[in-house]
Amino acid sequence: MQFMDMKVVQSRMSKRLLLNQMTKWLFLASAIFGLLVLAVLLYRVIVDSLGWINIDFLTSVLSTKPEIAGIKGAILGTVWLMIIVGPVTMALGVSTAIYIEEYARPSKLTSFIQTNISNLAGVPSIVFGLLGLTVFVRLFGIGSVILAGGLTMSLLVLPIVVVASQEAIRAVPSYLREASYGMGATKWQTIKNVVLPVALPGILTGLILAISRAIGETAPLVVIGIPALLIPVPTSIFDRFTAMPMQIYYWTIDSVLVAEYAYLAAATIVILLLILFTLNSLAIIIRNKFDRRY
Amino acid sequence: MNQVILKQKEQKEIENRKNESSIVYDTKKLNLWYGNTHALKDIDLPVQERSVTAIIGPSGCGKSTYIKTLNRMVEMNPEVRTTGKVHYRGRNIFDSSYPAEELRTRVGMVFQKPNPFPKSIFDNVVYGPKIHGITDKKILQKIVEKSLRGAAIWDEVKDRLKENAYSLSGGQQQRLCIARCLAVEPDVILMDEPTSALDPKSTLKVEELIQELKQNYSIIIVTHNMQQAARISDKTAFFLNGEVIEYDETDKIFSNPVDKRTEDYITGRFG
Amino acid sequence: MSNSINIRNMIEGSRKKSKLAMFEKTIPYLLFFAAFLSVLTTIGIMVTLTVESILFFRNVSFREFFLQPELKPLNPSDPKFSILPLLGGTLLSSIIAMMVAIPIGLTTAVYLSEYATERVRRILKPLVEVLAGIPTIVYGFFAFTFVTPVLRELIPALDRTNILSPGIVMGIMIIPIVASLSEDAMSSVPNSIREGAMALGATKFEVAFRVVIPAAISGIIASFVLGISRAIGETMIVTIASGSNKNLTFDVTQSMQTMTAYIVEVTSGDAASGTTAYYSLYAVAMTLFVFTLLMNLFARYMTKKFREVY
Ligand SMILES: Nc1ncnc2c1ncn2[C@@H]1O[C@H](COP(=O)(O)OP(=O)(O)OP(=O)(O)O)[C@@H](O)[C@H]1O
Ligand SMILES: [Mg+2]
Repeated sequence: MQFMDMKVVQSRMSKRLLLNQMTKWLFLASAIFGLLVLAVLLYRVIVDSLGWINIDFLTSVLSTKPEIAGIKGAILGTVWLMIIVGPVTMALGVSTAIYIEEYARPSKLTSFIQTNISNLAGVPSIVFGLLGLTVFVRLFGIGSVILAGGLTMSLLVLPIVVVASQEAIRAVPSYLREASYGMGATKWQTIKNVVLPVALPGILTGLILAISRAIGETAPLVVIGIPALLIPVPTSIFDRFTAMPMQIYYWTIDSVLVAEYAYLAAATIVILLLILFTLNSLAIIIRNKFDRRY
Repeated sequence: MNQVILKQKEQKEIENRKNESSIVYDTKKLNLWYGNTHALKDIDLPVQERSVTAIIGPSGCGKSTYIKTLNRMVEMNPEVRTTGKVHYRGRNIFDSSYPAEELRTRVGMVFQKPNPFPKSIFDNVVYGPKIHGITDKKILQKIVEKSLRGAAIWDEVKDRLKENAYSLSGGQQQRLCIARCLAVEPDVILMDEPTSALDPKSTLKVEELIQELKQNYSIIIVTHNMQQAARISDKTAFFLNGEVIEYDETDKIFSNPVDKRTEDYITGRFG
Repeated sequence: MSNSINIRNMIEGSRKKSKLAMFEKTIPYLLFFAAFLSVLTTIGIMVTLTVESILFFRNVSFREFFLQPELKPLNPSDPKFSILPLLGGTLLSSIIAMMVAIPIGLTTAVYLSEYATERVRRILKPLVEVLAGIPTIVYGFFAFTFVTPVLRELIPALDRTNILSPGIVMGIMIIPIVASLSEDAMSSVPNSIREGAMALGATKFEVAFRVVIPAAISGIIASFVLGISRAIGETMIVTIASGSNKNLTFDVTQSMQTMTAYIVEVTSGDAASGTTAYYSLYAVAMTLFVFTLLMNLFARYMTKKFREVY
């Protein structure tokens, strides 16, 4: 007795092959769908921003009149924020990574710290905003100033730097460490002189990604309480401020009242995306330039 | 007749005295475990200064483990436990008052695979002096030249000291690693199969270098290459399963071994 | 060898400095402190949310918060605090988002891992991941000024602010999360399994859906769960495009508020610090935090389970 009926197999075969062909194109279409949306999005904001981006827009301060409004304050606010986020996350993130990778013995505490970091990466940014509001703004009483915003953002993006640094440190070959120890170097000398320089490109890439994330992050700033008022250009970390994503937010929701605000928002988005694009290109260049030489 | 005997006696006497005063490393009843693996068993091994001591034996017999014990690099594995003593210049290296870093500045190490740092040739050589607190540029310059000359690589690299060490060939890299080692003027140099990753020509160069270095340094070298051991060493220790089976003058080991297992190994009957 | 003695002496001399040893000893403690700061952050979040939530639940019962349907935090005479409308909004927007992200993300992953050549994959995957790098505020703008007007052409009943448009846009934002993580999981299924099925005459489609996806299922589910968790925690898109109606409904054409959008509304000003309305945002945030934490832990568990197999 034969179980396989070749005729049935044959007749189903063409259907199966057809399905296979069709799904192949369908899946390709689906893979491209996201890119299409991206293209539409970029096209829209660029078209909306046409005629609104110029030197005056970049160098003027805020105004309720769309024709003369500029984002100098917002850009500087964002820069000020990053002046805090960069060094703070770099110092804390790299230290944490060194501790876990080089000093910590495998223990319950170590794996708890590790788990905690990956969980922090999944906490919604708005919750970090509440932490910043409650602890930095209210408890420490520093108010809704750049310092509070910067510290909040730093905690938010810290896991990115930690994870990237850990990977970079782990990728340093052990024979380089051994060479250093063999010369009588202490642990810290080895880390400082051998491990960190070799891991630096990976660490920097992580830092750039973290900063990119922080630059575009809005929710924590909204929660901390950046008023929608016309704030003077900040000059120190203890000044109140606005930032580019905040400005996009207020202009977007207020476009119901003044239609031109939508164009201002689009123009700010274009500038924001340009900055992010530059940063990411920088990360790629660093990664390629320092491709392993050992 | 009498004269000859007397002369021989005298010579032996001198030899003996030399032996006693010139032991640089003395291992006594050393045992070592990786967790539950008993990797070194009751090792007794006095090592002479200003000579080349070769360690041979089949794979996994504990050669690397032993040599890494001498500068306490084995301890980087937290599973490792040791008993017994290793005296370096009369001091037990396992003494808690003896920092491993101090030991390692006196005892340099050259590894199986060349492992220069991904820095310039110059920076590689001054790495040791710098971490040990020498910062004077002029002195560092002198050290670099002297060490590179000592490692017989100066002429090849003197015009490219700022280049990355990884632009050198494998053999050059290994000699650079030796130069890096010489820069802190060690007393002993440990070498774990330093030529196994090199081509024959580079191997020969490194061997010649070892011959020269023994004028000033004590060298302990692990090798899989029996000819190499015979060519360059003064004394040879044969390891098997974590034990020292035989330890004697190299000529003696290779011409007239006492133990059957040594003979089997050097004649290639196993291992 | 006069030179030599010099160097040795210099080294010996500098070794004596015990400052170095002291420094060495303190380093691990400093580093540990940095590492512990991340734990402190978590503790800070939990304490903040718990303490202020307790103050909230002094005035409002669990029953009112979780069972009655009305949310009117600023009603001067009779404020009502129910989380249900917010849960409804969050749930609905997340479902819409996942209805977009799961089919597109998963089939993108199948294409990348099973059909695309190595070269195509290496170009396409980072491009898809660009979507994840766009700030959410930009998506919010896109949803509000482009997607909603387009949808209103198609569905005239659609409100100016509604839950449908931000749901769809959130889905697009989440595509790369699902696609990238699912692709990772599918790529780590060993080739021998594929070859076994191919040799029996299976088509690529059958290999993908009958063999690879079942084999990678826990990793794929983890990607879905992480996607949902992102959708639940997403703030700006829904705040901008879905408005602040505290409706408990399943009509996607209407404005609905999510938990995150509620937090934004309350903190942006109207509620004075110390009022019940103000504390209510911590109770909502606590709920949000617990939800996302559980999902992230679950996703982690699934990924771990997957890694143990391969
Ligand atoms: N890190 C380790 N953990 C556990 N056991 C180890 C470790 N390193 C070495 N061993 C064991 O110790 C024994 C000696 O190893 P060792 O590396 O010293 O051998 P070897 O003589 O240098 O060999 P080879 O010639 O292959 O280099 C072996 O049985 C090995 O399995
Ligand atoms: Mg070995």
